[in-house]
Amino acid sequence: MDVAWFVVLSAFIFCIGAAGVMSRRSPLVVLLCLELMLNAGTLALIAFARMHGTGDGQIFALIVMVVAACEVVVGLGLIVSVYRRRLPIDVDKLSELRG
Amino acid sequence: MSATTYAWLVLAFPLAGTLVIALGWRVLFGRLAGWLGSFAILLSFAAGVGALLELLALPEEERSLTASAFDYASTAGLDADLGILVDPLSVFMVLVVSGVSFLIHLYSVAYIASDGGYARFFSYLNFFVFSMLLLVLAGNFVLLIVGWAFVGAASYLLISFWYRRMTATAAGIKAFVINVVGDVGLVLATFLLFQATGALDYAGVFTGAEEAFAENDGTLVAACLLLLVGAFAKSAQIPLHTWLPDAMEGPTPVSALIHAATMVTAGVYLIARTHPLFELAPAAADVAAIIGTLTLVMAATIALVVTDLKRVIAYSTMSQIGYMVLGVSVFAYGAGLFHLMTHAFFKALLFMGAGSVIGAMGGEQSLDRMGGFRKAMPFTFATFTLGALALAGAPLLSGFFSKDEILAFTIDRGGGYVILGVVGYVAALITAFYAFRMVFRVFFGKAAPEAAELARGGIHHADPQNPATGEVEDSDVGFPGPEHHVAERSAPMAAAMAPLALLSVVAGLVAIPGVTDTLEHFLEPTFADSRFIDVHPSESAEYIGLAVGGAIGLLGIAIAYVLYMRRPGVTLALRDRLRPVHSFLARKWYFDELLDALFVRPAAGFGRFGRTVVESALVQGLLVGGASGAVRAGTSFARTIQSGYLRAYALLLFVGVSGLALYFLIASA
Repeated sequence: MDVAWFVVLSAFIFCIGAAGVMSRRSPLVVLLCLELMLNAGTLALIAFARMHGTGDGQIFALIVMVVAACEVVVGLGLIVSVYRRRLPIDVDKLSELRG
Repeated sequence: MSATTYAWLVLAFPLAGTLVIALGWRVLFGRLAGWLGSFAILLSFAAGVGALLELLALPEEERSLTASAFDYASTAGLDADLGILVDPLSVFMVLVVSGVSFLIHLYSVAYIASDGGYARFFSYLNFFVFSMLLLVLAGNFVLLIVGWAFVGAASYLLISFWYRRMTATAAGIKAFVINVVGDVGLVLATFLLFQATGALDYAGVFTGAEEAFAENDGTLVAACLLLLVGAFAKSAQIPLHTWLPDAMEGPTPVSALIHAATMVTAGVYLIARTHPLFELAPAAADVAAIIGTLTLVMAATIALVVTDLKRVIAYSTMSQIGYMVLGVSVFAYGAGLFHLMTHAFFKALLFMGAGSVIGAMGGEQSLDRMGGFRKAMPFTFATFTLGALALAGAPLLSGFFSKDEILAFTIDRGGGYVILGVVGYVAALITAFYAFRMVFRVFFGKAAPEAAELARGGIHHADPQNPATGEVEDSDVGFPGPEHHVAERSAPMAAAMAPLALLSVVAGLVAIPGVTDTLEHFLEPTFADSRFIDVHPSESAEYIGLAVGGAIGLLGIAIAYVLYMRRPGVTLALRDRLRPVHSFLARKWYFDELLDALFVRPAAGFGRFGRTVVESALVQGLLVGGASGAVRAGTSFARTIQSGYLRAYALLLFVGVSGLALYFLIASA
């Protein structure tokens, strides 16, 4: 199979993720969309690794998955603590840090 | 012990008293601080007597001893040490200062007893005496300046003693500022003299000046005039006199000690001490004589109309110091210093009497409210009247001999000096009149309610309030105490007033023309180099002077008697008839307003200019505000990006990364 299909699919998933991050207001969905973007990147890495026939890209993909797991832990933890403090679950309302 | 050892002891006791009282105020219960302070000054006086005896044991030409504790600075061309000079003049001043100070300390032991700041008062008072003794014992100009400034600081502390009274702190600041003007004059004079002579000790400066300057040399006259600025600021002579009446805000013993008997005579001492310079620069001496005469007549006229008892005595002090300045400026040193001594006795006595009366009035100082205290306060009446008689120059009392000796010397100089002498006699008439204006208004006439209460055995108690503004005060520390004391019921006060009354009567006996010249003879070694040492008015001239002076004094008393006793009410009619004159005098010849317009307002205006233009506009607006404004303006775009919206950041990130990717794509193509 041509590597172009994988790259195109990866680009689609990345764009869906990016659009979700920029348009959704629920932090949970933003987090899911971030995962989508990371997975799009992982997909592209695997595809290129297969094209080149080396293991470098696969190792990189594993590292990305570890990072994604960490990020989910931190992100979900933040969301839970926001929920516990009865703050609005809405990224637009959590905007105290403006300059 | 040698005379200089005694002189060091003279300085050591008040300094030790200051430190012990200042550091031990917590454990000094009751009146212990007062007794301790008095004892320190008594020891100092005893040491002064010791120095006197040692000095008298020496042959006359050797009666000038110096001693040095250590060197301040000793480099090429500059030699300043912490040195003292013991000669007849300094020993004379030490005895007058410490003697009168001891009696005033004794008086204060009772007078200030109910004040919250009892120990603080005596600590300040001891410090003042130490400073004053340092001033008169200093052997060079450097130490003189140190003592000079210390005395000014002590005066400030004591005028502002009731530090929660606005008027008192303002008066203290005024006195200090004017005294600093004098300090600057003294320092500049020292610079000029050091530049010309290369010496700082008295003997070196005097011999150097004789070599360096011709008579009336411009630099020397300038130096002498600067010395006079210092002398006039301390001695309250025109135009630096306005602080002295305001200084009456301080406690009465302070007025007696500093602003009558000791500190204000420092200027007279300075002129006498630097007499070789003034004899080389007679022009400066003439300026001093003229200003002294102006002051003595101006202050006497103001004393005619002032109604605050203490201020009458304050103006009288200015006037009497004018006589002393006139005396030493016409080179009649013996006469000027003789008057300094007698004045210290009778003026301290008058202040003590006034303090006793004010105590009976519950703090009230206005002559208008007083009257009829003669029966209720026989002791105060007797001593106050003796003091007033001495001040008026009534025959055979101390002021009679001392004042007339000055005037006889002045007239003997001939020429224009005769005018000064005649003005002095006219002022003597006014002096006798206002002295007995006080006596008649306080002790005679209709009895004030306070006098009646005192006669019944009580004492008037008023809610403590500021006599100047009427603001009510609590009697905690920083304000006068709630109790007041009168000499009739406080043994220490009476014990202090009795010797002074005696001295006011008999002190004149040390210099009766043609009979005794004890004082002048004693002071002779100091003034041996004077060209005027052998110039004396003839005995007949002195006797004529005495007769005229005595007659004038009695005439003044008689006029006061007629106006206040025989025809009370005439003075009120006179006041209404001469309303412009009265208001001119009551406003103190508008000197306060003049100095205000000349110096205070321009300085305040300059300060306002600095605050509004320099500080607000230039510093705050342009320098500080300009820098922060530039940063603020430059960062306004960056601040709007920081919207706080997570999704906006994500968009920015996305656009940025996309833009970069696009750039590299195009660039690589």
